[in-house]
Amino acid sequence: MRILATLLQKEFKQIFRNRFILPVIFILPVVQLILLTYAASLEMKDIRMVVVDMDHSTVSRRLVNEFSGSPFFRIVHRGSSYPKASELLTRDRADVILVMEPRFEKDFYREQSTDLQLAINAINATEAGLVNAYCTQIIAGFNNELRSQFQGGALQIGNTRLDISPRFWYNPMLDYKIYMFSGILVILVTLIGMMLTALNLVREKEMGTSEQINVTPIRKYQFIIAKLTPFWFIALLELAVGLVIGRILFHLPIEGSLLLLFSFATVYLLAVLGIGLFLSTISSTQQQVMFVAFFFIVTFILMSGVFTPTESMPPWAQKANILNPAAYFMRVIRMVLLKGSGLQDIGRDFLGISVYAAVTLTLAVVNYRKTT
Amino acid sequence: MKRFAGFVRKEFLHIFRDARTLAILFGLPMVMIVLFGYVVTNDIKDVRIGIWDRSHDHITREAVSKILSSGYFVLAGTVETEEEIGSLFRSGGAKVVVIFDPGFERTLIRENRAAIRLMADASDANSAQLAQSYLQSVLLRYFQDLNQGATLPWQIEVKPRMFYNEQMKGVFMFVPGLMALILMLISAMMTSVTITREKEFGTMELLLASPLKPREIILGKVTPYILLSFINAMTIVLLGFLVFGVPVAGSLWLLMLESLLYITLALSLGVLISTTARTQQIAMVMSLLGLMLPTILLSGFIFPIDNMPLILQWFSAIMPARWFVVIIKNIMLKGTGMAFIWKETMILAGMTTLFILAAVKRFRIRIQ
Repeated sequence: MRILATLLQKEFKQIFRNRFILPVIFILPVVQLILLTYAASLEMKDIRMVVVDMDHSTVSRRLVNEFSGSPFFRIVHRGSSYPKASELLTRDRADVILVMEPRFEKDFYREQSTDLQLAINAINATEAGLVNAYCTQIIAGFNNELRSQFQGGALQIGNTRLDISPRFWYNPMLDYKIYMFSGILVILVTLIGMMLTALNLVREKEMGTSEQINVTPIRKYQFIIAKLTPFWFIALLELAVGLVIGRILFHLPIEGSLLLLFSFATVYLLAVLGIGLFLSTISSTQQQVMFVAFFFIVTFILMSGVFTPTESMPPWAQKANILNPAAYFMRVIRMVLLKGSGLQDIGRDFLGISVYAAVTLTLAVVNYRKTT
Repeated sequence: MKRFAGFVRKEFLHIFRDARTLAILFGLPMVMIVLFGYVVTNDIKDVRIGIWDRSHDHITREAVSKILSSGYFVLAGTVETEEEIGSLFRSGGAKVVVIFDPGFERTLIRENRAAIRLMADASDANSAQLAQSYLQSVLLRYFQDLNQGATLPWQIEVKPRMFYNEQMKGVFMFVPGLMALILMLISAMMTSVTITREKEFGTMELLLASPLKPREIILGKVTPYILLSFINAMTIVLLGFLVFGVPVAGSLWLLMLESLLYITLALSLGVLISTTARTQQIAMVMSLLGLMLPTILLSGFIFPIDNMPLILQWFSAIMPARWFVVIIKNIMLKGTGMAFIWKETMILAGMTTLFILAAVKRFRIRIQ
């Protein structure tokens, strides 16, 4: 016990005397957390639209007014020539072109149906999908308004009046930030925990100081516990700091139990640190371990569902996520914080991550050799 | 010159002798492109929904089967109370619940009125919104069929056309982004770490004391990485084309030249980092934390820059990746030439000069 206490003291001292690593551990992640949450927004605010109105009719003008009145759209150019508009699209000065051909209004009244073209820059498919949805929504709204002038009342199909009303639980304002914030927090905690652990141990190896430890009576498990505890502690602290910031800046809801979240995080971090430790036992230089760790972190993050829902992934990827610790925490942090899920809801994830932690730590300890 | 060649050879040997790092160096781009091509998608597919059918009649049953056969939704279960919806959402069992009120068919036939309520778990605002609008359109189509294919009168048909990416594949956006990310990380991170490593081990002193000029040492250090990064860039382009059909609409030569410019930029940034960092650990944390997330998120790689708050738009202007992404998109997807990208190219060239000057100024020949 005394050996462990001394070792721990040494590890903490080593970290806290390093004037460079401390700000990197605490300030950089906090700054990133704040900036990136603002950056990671899929809410469209300023869609740049070019209007090509070849009809110059009342209906076409009224439709354009709908767009210029919407807070989501900004009309950057009006004209009646398509080639000019299309060049703006190529030059990335516009996101979408609205084209109304000469018979637009006439068809609308005579044929009861008229065409309208949207040309959307679709290089970013997600963005294009949203632009399309926003445009369609505004056009449909305008269409209903016109229709109700003739018909009166709501959406009418044949004789039926259909009324579909959606309600959004947990997040009625459809705020995307709280969702991204919790995701980025998971990334940062994982990144810090895994990287620092992996690097720290290999550093001792590379410098030759681990040999000095090897010849002391310190036991394997004592050494490893002493190596892991500081980073485990730092990562948990970072999670706490992150939650406070989220609460203050983004009104991050904390619907569920913080105790549950932190219990889960405790086990999760053991799994993550275990991976870091395991990687460091199979590497000999810092450069090597960093690269391997980086590879795993990127793969874990991308598959964890931080940017896109895991349900949209192909079945093989969903199955592979059993091996992805970040996927567990990503799911749990959002369930507990945003929806107030309890232990019975995350029981399976809790069990899964516990097994995961046990396996990685065992692997790491078994694989760690005192002799070279 | 012979001296320099020998030094470069030594650096190559250093890299090639570490098979694991080398495997990841080349494996990383491939894994990333597969992940982005297949895994990172926003498609609505197999969204789990709950049904609360309080009417249990012919119409509601048929509506439910229409929803489930649309291919977008799978049945997670039926619910009977408001509490059950809550617990279904909390356990992540379903994303949307469709509610038919009692006497649905009767109201429809007698009063020609139908009301359907949709409850969505909006903790993930985007997919909730998407799932909800897909459900609406499936239901709308069903009711149109019920009315013998009645079309809506006074209809404005919207005909969207998707430019440069007609099938709206996410990977079109990710190929330029991945090139920017991987080149930046490999070049900047690897060079900063190898140079710092020599400093940390004291071998830098040996090198400096050798007849090699400092200029030659740095050039010798970065040369292997120029080659490796360039191979990586071409691998990404080739994989994107072969596996996902991402075209190179413009000039391949221009693409290569621009990639080289960007690689040079990233390498000089790496050298600059190495002049500041004392230990490998510091160099790594600086390049990883300082470059990875900002490059992913501020380069317009996943999230459009135009939507960001103004301050972040300014921030993104100092991210080299942002300009490189614009260049690559123009050459590969839009097929435009230098006339459209000279400004971005100038910015990258300017940044490179700046980094090189700063690195030269900070590079110390003497050890304190």
